[in-house]
Amino acid sequence: METVTLTIKNQPELYLEADNITPDAFAGKKAEEIAALHVYIGREQHQLGDFFEVSGGAGATPEETKVVVNGDLSRVKYIGMKMTGGEVVVNSNADMYVGAWMQGGKITVNGNVDAFAGTGMKGGEIVVNGNAGNYLGAAYRGDWRGMADGKITVAGNAGSDLGTFMNGGEIVIGGDVDVHVATHAEGGKIVIKGNAKSRLGGQMVGGEIYVLGNIDVMMPGFAYREDVDIEMDGIKGRFALYEGDLGERHRKRKGQLIYAKLYQQIGA
Amino acid sequence: MTKTVTDVICPFCGTLCDDLEVVVSDDGKELFEVYNACAIGAEKFLHSQAKDRITRPRMRQEDGSWKEISYDEAIEYTARMLADAKKPLMYGWSSTNCEAQAVGSEIGEAVGAVMDNTATVCHGTSLIAVQDIGIPSCTLGEVKNRADRILFWGCNPAHAHPRHMSRYSIFPRGFFTGKGHAGRKMIVVDPRPTDTASLADIHLQIEQGHDYELLDALRVAFKGEQLPDFVGGIPKAKIYEVAETLKSGRFAIIFFGMGVTQSIGKNHNIDAAIAVTRDLNEYTKAAIMPMRGHYNVTGSGQVWGWLFGFPYAVDLSRGFARYNPGETTSNDLLRRDEVDAVFVLGSDPGAHFPFSSVKKIYNLPSVAIDPHETPTTEVCKVHVPVAFVGVEVGGCAYRMDNVPIETRKVVEAPEGMMTDEEFLSRVLARVKEIKGV
Ligand code: SF4
Repeated sequence: METVTLTIKNQPELYLEADNITPDAFAGKKAEEIAALHVYIGREQHQLGDFFEVSGGAGATPEETKVVVNGDLSRVKYIGMKMTGGEVVVNSNADMYVGAWMQGGKITVNGNVDAFAGTGMKGGEIVVNGNAGNYLGAAYRGDWRGMADGKITVAGNAGSDLGTFMNGGEIVIGGDVDVHVATHAEGGKIVIKGNAKSRLGGQMVGGEIYVLGNIDVMMPGFAYREDVDIEMDGIKGRFALYEGDLGERHRKRKGQLIYAKLYQQIGA
Repeated sequence: MTKTVTDVICPFCGTLCDDLEVVVSDDGKELFEVYNACAIGAEKFLHSQAKDRITRPRMRQEDGSWKEISYDEAIEYTARMLADAKKPLMYGWSSTNCEAQAVGSEIGEAVGAVMDNTATVCHGTSLIAVQDIGIPSCTLGEVKNRADRILFWGCNPAHAHPRHMSRYSIFPRGFFTGKGHAGRKMIVVDPRPTDTASLADIHLQIEQGHDYELLDALRVAFKGEQLPDFVGGIPKAKIYEVAETLKSGRFAIIFFGMGVTQSIGKNHNIDAAIAVTRDLNEYTKAAIMPMRGHYNVTGSGQVWGWLFGFPYAVDLSRGFARYNPGETTSNDLLRRDEVDAVFVLGSDPGAHFPFSSVKKIYNLPSVAIDPHETPTTEVCKVHVPVAFVGVEVGGCAYRMDNVPIETRKVVEAPEGMMTDEEFLSRVLARVKEIKGV
């Protein structure tokens, strides 16, 4: 695997839209060619090289390309957008849309990500070693097909509107989450190792939520069913199983309604 | 001598009353009386007659004082500011006509602006919900003639839309609602005991911030499923009762306001309320409608809807329309320093935005187009006074139920004053010159 290293040298006035920072856009290119790729500030078009020091070179394909981005990227949007393979390592905080509409490969952020990371994700993996903002792994505005596949892991906390319209894939949050989790979800799995506030699984059709900590307010549409023992992916213990959202429409299997499931840990 | 103009439209709130009568001087230069309007509506007309009205553009000087400038100078400043900016914000658009909104949109496209209207701090969240799950709605005429179950959720029309209840929702006798008030059941959901709530048959005094849960509970109740003993402080027996009341009507309508659109949950609250409406259609006829505030905020959503495909928070900076509230909404842009110039027309963010955002406007090149002196004009570099739309110039406006109504000119603007549309057309022409297109 070949490595391209980008180091930010000029901070943008306003914000930089850098949807070209992906193994896909870099693949098969030399450092000078990569530096000539477009970025935008508002309506102005600039070159990647105006803001970044580019070194190394890309592999022939996205899969053979690793991109390392250094320096303060808290005003850089769209890193890893729509990437299909290869690897991106961000050694900083990053702004909005990290890995949005991602299809494959891996993004590691050694810092925090702002809102809309993993929007409409179709595959691949995002690892955030800090906190995530709102709308992590959610659908884009107006899209009823949210995250379809892939995995997002956040070491810290996540904001509100996690996994809206989620259809598949997995999101694991090491810390706490804000309100509205898996709204309208039809599938997929969300694990919250810390505490949750309220509105978990509102209007949820299918899929699973696991909460290891507290839930401030349970949705009235979730009914307690039974206690179960669970052991999977490093989670082990006794959980209370709730089903819902009883107010929402649900599919049937063998004449039985299939509800979304919410597991809350109650013992070791 | 005087004359009376009838069937005048009130350009104040989204109710857009169309039955006002206005007494003006024979030469049409002075306005004396307004009949049929509520107090806030009448005030809008009478305001145009203020003797101390500002009639020429002004530019802020170094020492903070104003200096009068010509319209030409104001047009030059505005066009330069917008053409020079990398990403200008063009905000407001709710208290003007659709004609001006359309010209403003052309400017926005030419300079790569972010176009946003007052929905951003009001019913924008409703628009997100509508985009997510659709909306079964109707006109106010249908409400008047058919509705016998009226639910006001998080809104207080007694004060915000004073003639709404008398003209459309509660008191009028319509074709199938011959008994008027007596034939309707009125439900109010509000944590406060408001003047609207005091008229209700049922007032659900919900705990603040539990609207989403209560809406979900109604859906559970419609299906006859079990509920917890209390939801948002409301006992479950009461929730089943309200569910029954709504189901048993011939036509149910839910009106909702900023109590749900701007409290925790925002678009999710409306999403759930729309789902409640959809569920109700399994048992009876039901519709839902936002209580839009400014008289033509609905129109600006319409104009942008057909021009750009999105009703507010439209980012045109890259030459195509992008829309993502949370990123492209005015307060997020200001808070995050994403814009480098601010143009305001037909709204008063100085009064309605958080102080931190207003401070950002103060620090940027900024122009405010407004007939009045407002908190916004106080923080902007240039203030351009214009004629009052719906009083001194006509034009199209959309009522809260998306019905377009042509407003009327009833009195002349002071000598030499421009309208929004005239000013914007001149700015557009100048922008095109600067850009060489
Ligand atoms: S209710 Fe609204 S539109 Fe009607 S007169 Fe009053 S302010 Fe004007």
